[in-house]
Formats: sequence, structure tokens, C-alpha cells
Amino acid sequence: MIEVRGLWKSFGNVEVLQDINTTFKKGKVNQVIGKSGSGKSVLAKCIVGLTPLTRGEVLYNGESFQAMDKERRKALRQEIGMLFQSSALFDSLTVLENVMFPLRMFATMSVPQMRERADFCLHRVNIMGQDKKYPAELSGGMQKRVGIARAIAMQPQYLFVDEPNSGLDPQTSIVIDNLIREITEEFNTTTLVITHDMNSLMGIADEVYFIHNKHLWWQGTRAELVKSDNRELEEFIFAGSLMRQVRKALRGE
Amino acid sequence: MGLLFHIGQYFMLLGEVFSKPERRSVYWRRTVEEMELLGVKSLGIVALLSLFMGAVIAIQTKTNIDSPLIPFYVVGFTVRQSTILEFSPTIISLILAGKVGSTIAAEIGSMRVREQIDALDIMGVNSAGYLILPKIIATALINPFLIMISMFLSIFGGWMAGVVTGIISSENYIAGVQWDFDPYIVTYALIKTVVFAVIIATVSAYHGYYTRGGTREVGISSTKAVVYSDVVILIANYLLTQLLLL
Repeated sequence: MIEVRGLWKSFGNVEVLQDINTTFKKGKVNQVIGKSGSGKSVLAKCIVGLTPLTRGEVLYNGESFQAMDKERRKALRQEIGMLFQSSALFDSLTVLENVMFPLRMFATMSVPQMRERADFCLHRVNIMGQDKKYPAELSGGMQKRVGIARAIAMQPQYLFVDEPNSGLDPQTSIVIDNLIREITEEFNTTTLVITHDMNSLMGIADEVYFIHNKHLWWQGTRAELVKSDNRELEEFIFAGSLMRQVRKALRGE
Repeated sequence: MGLLFHIGQYFMLLGEVFSKPERRSVYWRRTVEEMELLGVKSLGIVALLSLFMGAVIAIQTKTNIDSPLIPFYVVGFTVRQSTILEFSPTIISLILAGKVGSTIAAEIGSMRVREQIDALDIMGVNSAGYLILPKIIATALINPFLIMISMFLSIFGGWMAGVVTGIISSENYIAGVQWDFDPYIVTYALIKTVVFAVIIATVSAYHGYYTRGGTREVGISSTKAVVYSDVVILIANYLLTQLLLL
């Protein structure tokens, strides 16, 4: 579980986030949505500690990240897996070396055991026979899957996913979404997904967090979202005619 | 103010770089890889430049100070002194700053803009140490060898030019190279080389590590890395010369 308390973030005089208070639940897919530039990626970076907060604190299982010393933060980060928008695979390493990388740096296991774990992770994301390829030789969808394999290599408690479907075709997006859903259930991770893909939202979100006008404007379950009359949320999610029809159908109108 | 900020940030980065490595074996493997990438692959350009520079110094010396009053050994002596004292350690280091420095800044800068450094940080890896420390050790270890090869080839280039063009005999050239030789100048040159190697690796890595933006900014960082490495090398060269030779 991750708690965010009174989080403020500004860059110079520009305030990006104001007074964010919420909890991201364990074993659930928590999806943060918002317009481009609304600050949802900044929120994720603040939570994982890539960007310092202006004010507030983030608690991992009740322990304040801001109060942790360097060593404790380092230890906590080994419990965090993250899939980046660009996948962020290391170009000079093969697929197998990418997945084995966190194990080589931190795990106390033999090389054959590391290999076994990496094979398991690659198998879990349905990547087989690509071990020796470099990231540049893979498609965007495959890169995302290798990114997920690397993120789960250390058996993380927390999984962060930034725009998992950007640049992917709808079919591959569904594959990636389902993978995120399955891994969250299988490993019981606290999963936080940053997205503005409405298909993904309707497909896998357990909890939805809407960032608007620098604030956490709305939060609730997917079922509550369909019933919500919040004007800004409606304008954002049901902006397209297809999504409006989906809502009508879900509401039984 | 801007300069002070960068100096402060540079030393803070070095603090991160020299903190305890997570896994020494991984760092060592990376150091060996960097030695090949940054050192061995620079051998061709270093050899080519050294041969021709030695040849040119020999011809220039002979043609510009050709007088019966000038002793026979002056060509060999001049080639040796200018090569060991300045050409090999300083000029080759400036050239390596262009080749190696831009490679380092571009590599680390690309990793920054493509979120690969963020990925390292998220995993709990000390990204500064993992990326920069092997490059510092690699250049500090391999550059002295490059410079020694450069010294040899430059003196050899001078001999070749002198003998081929017939401006000086082989015996006279070799006597000049051996005349009044003080081994300390080699020590002085190697001390300079190690300092310059550390400057090239750290200044270039600094510019790459703090790249913000996209591919255009990676290009700007590479250019800055070369320019600032050159400036710092020139300043360090002056200070080390005063410190070690006076």
C-alpha cells in the first residue's frame, strides 16, 4: 500500500500539483488519469522518489520515504519495479542481460539461478527465443514486455507503469494491459498505472484517480466512474462519441 | 553564479561517483569494456597523428634552424623534447577529449533522455557510480599506454621523415634523441596524462549526466563536453607544468 499525504510539487514558480492526499491499494490496479500536462507523470516520479517533493510525504506500507536514509531508500527501491513509457531497456545489453541486470546488481544467487529467474520472467511475459536479441531488434510491444519482465525480476511489491500503451496498436495494448492485470493479481503488487488510454481504463482499472487543475479531482472505482456526474471527469473520459455510447450501455440508458 | 553552480554540482556528482559500488565484479567488467571502447579503439587515430606529427616536427626543425652553428643532434633532441613534454600528453589528450569526451557525453546523455538513468535509479543502482566510475578508471589506466605509444611513434615518425628525405642521418637523429635525456620528463608526461584522462572522463560524463530534453540537447552536451574538457585540460596543463617543472 502506498499513501500520499499533502503532496505539493512545483518547478520554480510553476505549481504542478497541490495537496494530493490518497492511498493506492495493494493487489489492485490503480490508474491515474488526466490530460496531457496535468502532472500525472510528475506525481508518479514524486512517489518513486525520482523528483523531490515541494511539500508532503509518501508512505510505503506506513514508512515515510522522505524520512528514510540513503541505504533504506536503496533497499526499498529493490522492491519497486517500473515500466517506463519508452521501456528504458539498456541498448548495449541483450534481452536476457536486461532482465538479469537487477539480479546481477543485488540478488544473492548463483548465475544459473539468475538465468532461471530471468527465463521465468521472460516466459511469464510470453517472450521466448529472443534472449540474444538487442532492444533495437524488438518491436515496441516486445520491448514493453521485456520491460515488464525486468520490472518483476526482483519480485517487487510495488509496480509503476508509465503510459504502457503509448505507440502500440490496440491489439498489443490489450495484451500489455492484461499482463499488468495478471501480474498484479499473481504477485499481489500495489500497481500504479499512468495513462490516458480509455480502453485500458475500462479494461483493467480497479481504482481510478483523476488529476485535474493540479488537484486530485476525483477518485473511485471503475463502476463509480461510469455513474459519476462529475462534469470535468465526464468531459475528459466521455469526450468521444464511442465512449459516450459505452457509458449509455453501461448505465442501461 | 552559473559557473559556481556547475563547479558545485560537478563535485557533488563526483561524490556520488566515488561512493561504494553495489557489486564490484559488475563494475570491473564494465571497466574492461570501457578500456576497449575508450582506449583500444582510439589507438588508430593516436598512431596516425603521432607518426605524422613527429615527421613534421623533424622536417620543420631541420628547415627552420639549418645553420652550421646548430649541433647535429638538434633535430632528434627537439622531436624528443616536444613530443614527450607537450605533444603526446597534451595535444593527444586534447584530441582524445574530442573523440572520447563526445562519446561519453553522447552515451550518458542519450541514456538520460531515454529514461535509462531513471530506470537505474528506480532499481536502487547508484547510476552515477555505475556509469561514470568505470570510465574514469578505464581512461586513467589506458591513456598512459596510449601516450607512451604516441611518444614512441612520434619519435619514430621523425626518424622516418629524416632518413627518407635525407635531411638527417639515422645516427645523428638517434644521438639527438638520446642526448641529455632526463627520465623525469616521462614521469611528468605520464602524471599529466592521468590528470587529463580523469578530466576528460569526468567533465564529459558531467555534461552527459545532466542533459535535459531530447536528441538536440544530447548534441549540445557533446559539444560542451569537448569544449569544457579542452579548457580544463589547458588550465591544468599550465598549473601542472609550473608545479612539476619549476
